[in-house]
Amino acid sequence: MTAPTISDLAQTEQGTSLWQDAWLRLRRNRLALIGLIILILFIFIAAATPWIAPYGYAQQNLELGASPPSAAHWLGTDIFGRDLLTQIMFGGRISLAVGFIATAVALLIGITWGAVAGYMGGRLDAAMMRLVDIIYALPFMIFIILLMVIFGRNMLLLFLAIGAVEWLTMARIMRSQVQSLRQQEFVEAAVSLGLPTVTIIRRHLIPNALGPIIVYTTLTVPSVMLLEAFLSFLGLGVQPPETSWGLLISYGAESMEEYPWLLFFPGLALTLTLFSLNFLGDGLRDALDVRSAKD
Amino acid sequence: MWRFIGFRMLQAIPVLLVVITVTFFLIRLAPGGPFDSEKAVIPEVQAALEAQYRLNLTLFQQYASYLGDLSHGNLGPSFKYPGRSVNELIAAGFPVTAELAFYALLVALVIGGIAGVVASLKPNSVQDYIPMSVAMIGICMPSLLLGPILILIFGIYLDWLPVSGWNDSPGDKILPAVTLGSAYAAYIARLSRAGMLEVMSQDYIRTARAKGLPEWQVISRHALRGGMIPVIAFLGPAFAGLLSGSFVVETIFQIPGLGRFYVQAAFNRDYTMILGSTIFLATLIVFFNLLSDIVAAWMNPRLRDKLRAP
Repeated sequence: MTAPTISDLAQTEQGTSLWQDAWLRLRRNRLALIGLIILILFIFIAAATPWIAPYGYAQQNLELGASPPSAAHWLGTDIFGRDLLTQIMFGGRISLAVGFIATAVALLIGITWGAVAGYMGGRLDAAMMRLVDIIYALPFMIFIILLMVIFGRNMLLLFLAIGAVEWLTMARIMRSQVQSLRQQEFVEAAVSLGLPTVTIIRRHLIPNALGPIIVYTTLTVPSVMLLEAFLSFLGLGVQPPETSWGLLISYGAESMEEYPWLLFFPGLALTLTLFSLNFLGDGLRDALDVRSAKD
Repeated sequence: MWRFIGFRMLQAIPVLLVVITVTFFLIRLAPGGPFDSEKAVIPEVQAALEAQYRLNLTLFQQYASYLGDLSHGNLGPSFKYPGRSVNELIAAGFPVTAELAFYALLVALVIGGIAGVVASLKPNSVQDYIPMSVAMIGICMPSLLLGPILILIFGIYLDWLPVSGWNDSPGDKILPAVTLGSAYAAYIARLSRAGMLEVMSQDYIRTARAKGLPEWQVISRHALRGGMIPVIAFLGPAFAGLLSGSFVVETIFQIPGLGRFYVQAAFNRDYTMILGSTIFLATLIVFFNLLSDIVAAWMNPRLRDKLRAP
């Protein structure tokens, strides 16, 4: 064994990029990994539901009525004899879709807003961030209910309304990232090359701020899903014939005394998803956040 | 300090104006008037009704007169319950909601605070892992699920506690308060743990120990004040969350509070009620955010300098 030369060291350094490094750290966090696996599984099931669901979505069996879990119906049936597993699978499609699409809306607005404010600075920045402060102080939940009342309860609006109130923290995070990045040499170089501002923001600033954005995104999805469940539970969110986990829980709660499984299984699905997302988010924060990294 | 308070109060004014204006005009966008019914109404009655609700004026005049009424604290009549004003409905519902939120906050502070401090005393031990795992469950278990489960266990299977109502029977406030407070207890546990861990490694704690104070006094007299600052800062947003969380909890436990009135108003399209309670709740939330910022600044002089008006 000879002592490593400088070129050897340089090569090992080259070997792990920031992302590989983060992946290695994430892999060591067992809870986060379990969360990731459950999440991927749920997303896969949701995507494949129309083909793999054991029964049809609207298929009823009124003679059977509500029955506890059995070989034919693994999670039992509801009062109309509909298969609960099928209901949960279709509900999960909507719950997950709301979670991810509304978060995507929030990401789009938040990143653009924060990047522009942080990069431009000055009065524009002050005005944009003051607006964020003002909206921040508003009662979100009340405003979403208001929007649902006024524009009717449709799904597209639900996505947009939730996305429109969840972008604020994203904008703040992005702005502080961009503010620290734009002092650095590579941005100066890009400016001196004469690149247009839009290109600088899109190609140089946003990719470099991805870490905190990914972490915060993972933590936004569960809060969005929770909001959807809240609204659906109150009867102000997803409407029948569509269903979601929040709606299934509210039905389950009505008849939980006689048929507790109708409350238990949709609740389990929602809680498992929220658990997975939160653990994954915490794990990613430790893995990606350079400040808290131990090595 | 006074400058800081004054500055933050001035900041609250545009926020409230935006809330009032946006809500007012959004409501006017809503389809259908309050009196669109199947039955034909005599034109004179229709006109009288419209005059009572000022619908015969132009939109801007309506807005101006609403603002005028608002400056006297008058939120106008309810669309749905003729003869009752929005003020009366809020006066009936809000004390209940406030009481519920207060008990929930108490549950959250006591349980969460104790759990967080206990966990912080021996980090990375069993004493740390157990409370923190329970806290994670509290965060992930939404109240709309926890409420029914608690009812099922303590109300139906064990038959220990009443499952609905408010002030009807002894103990009927326990389950709603626990349901509403649990998620906040979990957050407070995490915040107070992090806050205490940071404070405990600081010099002034070493000084306190060096002068020979017993450990419980070091914690209660020195560490808690600094370690609880994150919790105080969280209380403002938490209050907003408690108010909207009470919508679900009041629905589950059939509590006649403001949250339930609000949801009913949303179903009934009682526009003035929605408008009035939105403004009322927004004002409260803005006020509590302000209060928690001020208290946090009072507890930590360094933060005070950072937040000083630019």
